[in-house]
Amino acid sequence: MIIELGHFALILAFAVAAVSTIVGFAFWRNGERITLYVRQAAVLQFLLVAAAFGALINAFVTADFSLSLAYQHDHSLMPLIYKVTSVWGSHEGSMVLWISILVAFGAAVAVFGRRLPQDLLTLVLATQSLLVAAFAGFTIFTSNPFLRLNPAPLDGQDLNPVLQDIGLAVHPPLLYTGYVGFSICFSFAIAALISGRIDAAWARWVRPWTLLAWCFLTLGIAMGSYWAYYTLGWGGWWFWDPVENASFMPWLAGTALLHSALVMEKRNALKIWTIFLSIITFSLSLLGTFLVRSGVLTSIHTFASDPRRGIVILVLLALFIGGAFTLFALRASALRVGGLFAPISREGALILNNLFLATGLAAVLVGTLYPLILEAVAGKTISVGAPFFNLTFGALMVPLLLLLPFGPLLAWKRADVVAVTQRLAAAIALALVCAVIVFTLAGWSISLAPLGVLLGFWVAFGAIAELVDRAKIGRIAPAESWRRLVGLPRSAWSTAIAHFGVGVSVMGIVATSAWAGELITTMAPGQTAMLSGYTIHFDGVDDQPGPNYDATRGLFTVTEQGGGTRQIEAEKRVYTVSQQPTTQASINTYGFSQLYLQLGEKGQGNAFVVRIWFKPFVTLIWLGAIIMAFAGFLSLTDRRLRVGAPRRAAAEAPQPVPEAAE
Amino acid sequence: MKSLAALAIAVLLALTPTASFAVNPDELLADPVLEARAEAIGTSLRCLVCQNESIEASDADLAHDLRVLVRERLKAGDTDDQAKQYIVDRYGEFVLLQPVFAPHTLILWLAAPALIVIGALVLFITGRRRKPLATAGSNVLSAEEIEALEKLSAPPER
Repeated sequence: MIIELGHFALILAFAVAAVSTIVGFAFWRNGERITLYVRQAAVLQFLLVAAAFGALINAFVTADFSLSLAYQHDHSLMPLIYKVTSVWGSHEGSMVLWISILVAFGAAVAVFGRRLPQDLLTLVLATQSLLVAAFAGFTIFTSNPFLRLNPAPLDGQDLNPVLQDIGLAVHPPLLYTGYVGFSICFSFAIAALISGRIDAAWARWVRPWTLLAWCFLTLGIAMGSYWAYYTLGWGGWWFWDPVENASFMPWLAGTALLHSALVMEKRNALKIWTIFLSIITFSLSLLGTFLVRSGVLTSIHTFASDPRRGIVILVLLALFIGGAFTLFALRASALRVGGLFAPISREGALILNNLFLATGLAAVLVGTLYPLILEAVAGKTISVGAPFFNLTFGALMVPLLLLLPFGPLLAWKRADVVAVTQRLAAAIALALVCAVIVFTLAGWSISLAPLGVLLGFWVAFGAIAELVDRAKIGRIAPAESWRRLVGLPRSAWSTAIAHFGVGVSVMGIVATSAWAGELITTMAPGQTAMLSGYTIHFDGVDDQPGPNYDATRGLFTVTEQGGGTRQIEAEKRVYTVSQQPTTQASINTYGFSQLYLQLGEKGQGNAFVVRIWFKPFVTLIWLGAIIMAFAGFLSLTDRRLRVGAPRRAAAEAPQPVPEAAE
Repeated sequence: MKSLAALAIAVLLALTPTASFAVNPDELLADPVLEARAEAIGTSLRCLVCQNESIEASDADLAHDLRVLVRERLKAGDTDDQAKQYIVDRYGEFVLLQPVFAPHTLILWLAAPALIVIGALVLFITGRRRKPLATAGSNVLSAEEIEALEKLSAPPER
């Protein structure tokens, strides 16, 4: 009964969204009552989809195997948390999660967007409703999660063991919140294009939503990366897999959007480009959904793939992206040009940032889609893997990172690059000293790694340099500096912290790729191995039965160079239902570095294959991402986002020169 | 400081810059130089039955066979390119994780460089069109700007 109610709620949400779309687009000029209507409809959609989602969770938790989806992905012996998370461990369920987040953002705009102009708000919510209607319709008609089985099977088929992990509780919700959150930027862009209300105030309204989605996407990608790192059993953390790229591309576009919206908000420039990026960012989310859900790619993310669904998503994709860009082409030329600036200025730096991010995005996009297109067009199959992306994307990121510390120090409109370089002198010197230390420790060799470390230090110190500079540390009394530092706007802090996070991630990436230690060997209990200064003693194995699996557990004692010891254990599991084996690597953190140990196959006698890696500073990769996301959340608390956007005075300041800034 | 020391030790003890993963101990070559070459080749070859994994990273049987094959070729005295070519001849271009630079991959390789050049050109040209501001010097206001400033700072007309 609850399942049918959930099913009904989803259909009703679809209907409400469809009506709200029609009413919103048809009568958006008609003022208060229409706005109130679409706002209420947005909240109603949220409640209905939440009810549908709740019905699914209830069926999974109570192990109701008359629900086909629960039968396929649930099992009575599974721990409670995995019963909940397995709701979105399937295609159908993950679509419901997708729609849940879509309606949650819609409802949030309806509730918190009261200060927005009515026509704009109506159009935003109408566009959001259109998205809800499309994807709820897709789910109901091609991937219905509420199908029943009669008679109900006795027990379920269990969730894919790889997905029976806390990662499934964390990674998809965060990632989807980011991914789907960009729908708000898309809806704002469409609303702006239809209403013609494209100005600095628009940028200010859309920026917090962009920032919110971006923070979640950053965390989602980082958590996905960490999940892959500890699950796949050999410590790889990024594979340039098409599915990873599908989430990385909206991130790149979203990052570019955050920066260009800044120019639009502060200087009323880059308007066409910002609107374009808003559309592109969510289009890439849709493209990612298509790539992952269609079965064009096969991977752990695809679950069950069905080509019919792929075609439907492709049609939706074409309609949304095609429609948005048609509107863009029709209306963008009508945009009035905003503030002017010299090439060397904050605006100029942000444009360069966008150039490199957009080109990096293009490199990833082409690399991801090219093999698919080539196969379809020419019948040739090629692989585009990590070496290609490291080369092309990596090459584009180097100049971006080199220039990054300059950006926040440059003045708006026009800046003096020599003066800025002088203010960065300390950061340059510090980064060089640190790099020299690393060079010395690593041995002077012609290698990119120490240069990469230099780049990481440069970005990190450069980020701090802005705060130091603005607080005049060392130039005025410390107490006064402290007062200035505390008094800095949160947006300044968040810029510095986010950029610092970038530097931290870069250092982690470089260090762990360049100086990882590895040891692949056969060990019998009682034997000892050495790696990177750690002594690993194999104590023995025992059997460790789990709730729905049997595990062989390897026990080890690790002795650090300083003499500290730790007991660690690594498992090999075989899941009872699927008979699928998985490995649970043992990961031990020392400082920022990790010792990664995997118990392999049983060899002759009682010997086991043991694979051990030392991953220097590997945690910095994710720590940097968390710092970036934290900075984003911090920026969301900035006062300027809580107060209303300033209204333009009736008599506008005269525009000095009527030339293009785009 | 402890982590820096750990880094130093890691650096000294690191076997090779590229890591290998699902490799079994019995596959490893005794000669560390040859083994390092084999690993470098292996990370650039795709495990054909896996999703976007190199043969060094995969624990599939095929990946194992290919790892052994690469090592056999190297022991037989092949250069890196010859060993790679040997695999490509048998398994096709699909096995290469880094696609070759050839007519059918021109767009793939040139898309990003072309875009950055076009983007830079567009910025350069639009920058030149904004000449009045660009050449106005770092902190000097143009005549129009001074006029605008005066209008703004003049007392409001009431």
